[in-house]
Amino acid sequence: MDSNDVKITIIDRDGVKHNIEAPTDMSMNLMEVVRSYELASEGTIGVCGGMAMCASCQCYINSEHDLPEMQDDEEAMLSEAFYVKESSRLGCQIHISKDLEGLEVELAPES
Amino acid sequence: MITTDIIIIGAGPTGLFAVFEAGLLKLKCHLIDALPQPGGQCSEIYPKKPIYDIPAYPEILAGDLTDKLMEQCKQFEPGFTLGERAETIEKKEDGTFIVTTNKGTKHHAPVVAIASGLGSFEPRKPLLDNITDFEDKGVEYIIKEPEIYRNKNVVIAGGGDSALDWVIFLADVAKSVTLVHRRNEFRGHLDSVEKVQELKNQGKINLITPAEITAIVGNDKVQALEITKKDEAPFNLETDHFIPLFGLSPKLGPIANWGLDIEKNAIKVNNALDYQTNIPGIFAIGDGNIYPGKLKLILCGFHEATLMCQAAYQIINPGKRYVLKYTTVAGVDGFDGTRKEAPKSVVKTID
Repeated sequence: MDSNDVKITIIDRDGVKHNIEAPTDMSMNLMEVVRSYELASEGTIGVCGGMAMCASCQCYINSEHDLPEMQDDEEAMLSEAFYVKESSRLGCQIHISKDLEGLEVELAPES
Repeated sequence: MITTDIIIIGAGPTGLFAVFEAGLLKLKCHLIDALPQPGGQCSEIYPKKPIYDIPAYPEILAGDLTDKLMEQCKQFEPGFTLGERAETIEKKEDGTFIVTTNKGTKHHAPVVAIASGLGSFEPRKPLLDNITDFEDKGVEYIIKEPEIYRNKNVVIAGGGDSALDWVIFLADVAKSVTLVHRRNEFRGHLDSVEKVQELKNQGKINLITPAEITAIVGNDKVQALEITKKDEAPFNLETDHFIPLFGLSPKLGPIANWGLDIEKNAIKVNNALDYQTNIPGIFAIGDGNIYPGKLKLILCGFHEATLMCQAAYQIINPGKRYVLKYTTVAGVDGFDGTRKEAPKSVVKTID
């Protein structure tokens, strides 16, 4: 494992758990990590490219990590999305950093 | 029946640029798009967002890119079937194709180019059990004929620009307009938010926030909606129409059943040659295709469109000689009779 990687767990839309390593030095976000590991079908995640404009990368944060606060656009998008829970976030707005070590997230259903 | 040289499915940047490249080869195009306006994602999802990787444009707004592409291909007089989704394709004995839309519009051409990106944009439907039973019986996801709401009671749900815009528009048309949104905050142009605030203050619309529609009540058609305000008991609100505006999401849709090789929700093409699919005469260009090393970038779509047009020329004009021409040298002859050309260089003696 690269010293710049963090270990995170992603539960895909079929409920399968994937323990993966995500680079912290490639300016990636959680949605992009999911795509790079192909954990959701192409075209069903990151539809808007990561502008918080489509909610296709919605996920639920299962672990107790202290994530950066939601910006207005993410909050607004989630307020129009479906299957939203208290723990919902948009993967594209979560930057992969050292603080995410041990993070567990679950992808929200496609909508 | 609409007859053309190339039927282009998808009027996004790749499809629009294909019109220009086809035009240089004297081939005419007709575009079909499920959205009511050209531009695809650029116009529908992020018109006001900048793009930084269009060659020669250090920065261009997605909406402006659409405008520029429309301007660039204008002299080749593309036809448009907008607001209709390509539904079926039929290959005739002579090798030509007929593409029919969901509204029955037929298009006939020897070449089909699928430039449909991630797919056609379908409205996102709220998660209400019986909502499909009420479609076109009071539930409409897209407003096509505003007149049907005249003197009716209308409930709109959503918190984005389209919800705000239609509330403003229908405030003058409908008997009553109620806007329901999960939050007190709205995501839209400041003007629209302010206008809705003003309408609310004047009592011209009803605003129910933070709240959700939790059920649809009715027999044959919508009669009332069950609305649940946060931390309150649900109540019923009588209405004639329910318009949920929660954005659109792209779906590959009927193209998936056209017999094309599909991988990862994209259409496999021969990238060594011409971006043709497994069905000769049908090409796939732009974000909707896949091949080894594929990158979903607008600029790659432009390249693919250009090569596709060369192959289309060969299909439409078999054996006919052709040599690549540069627009600077040859100029651009529009189908509308216009001509663009480089000014002649000045030859003059210096005494």
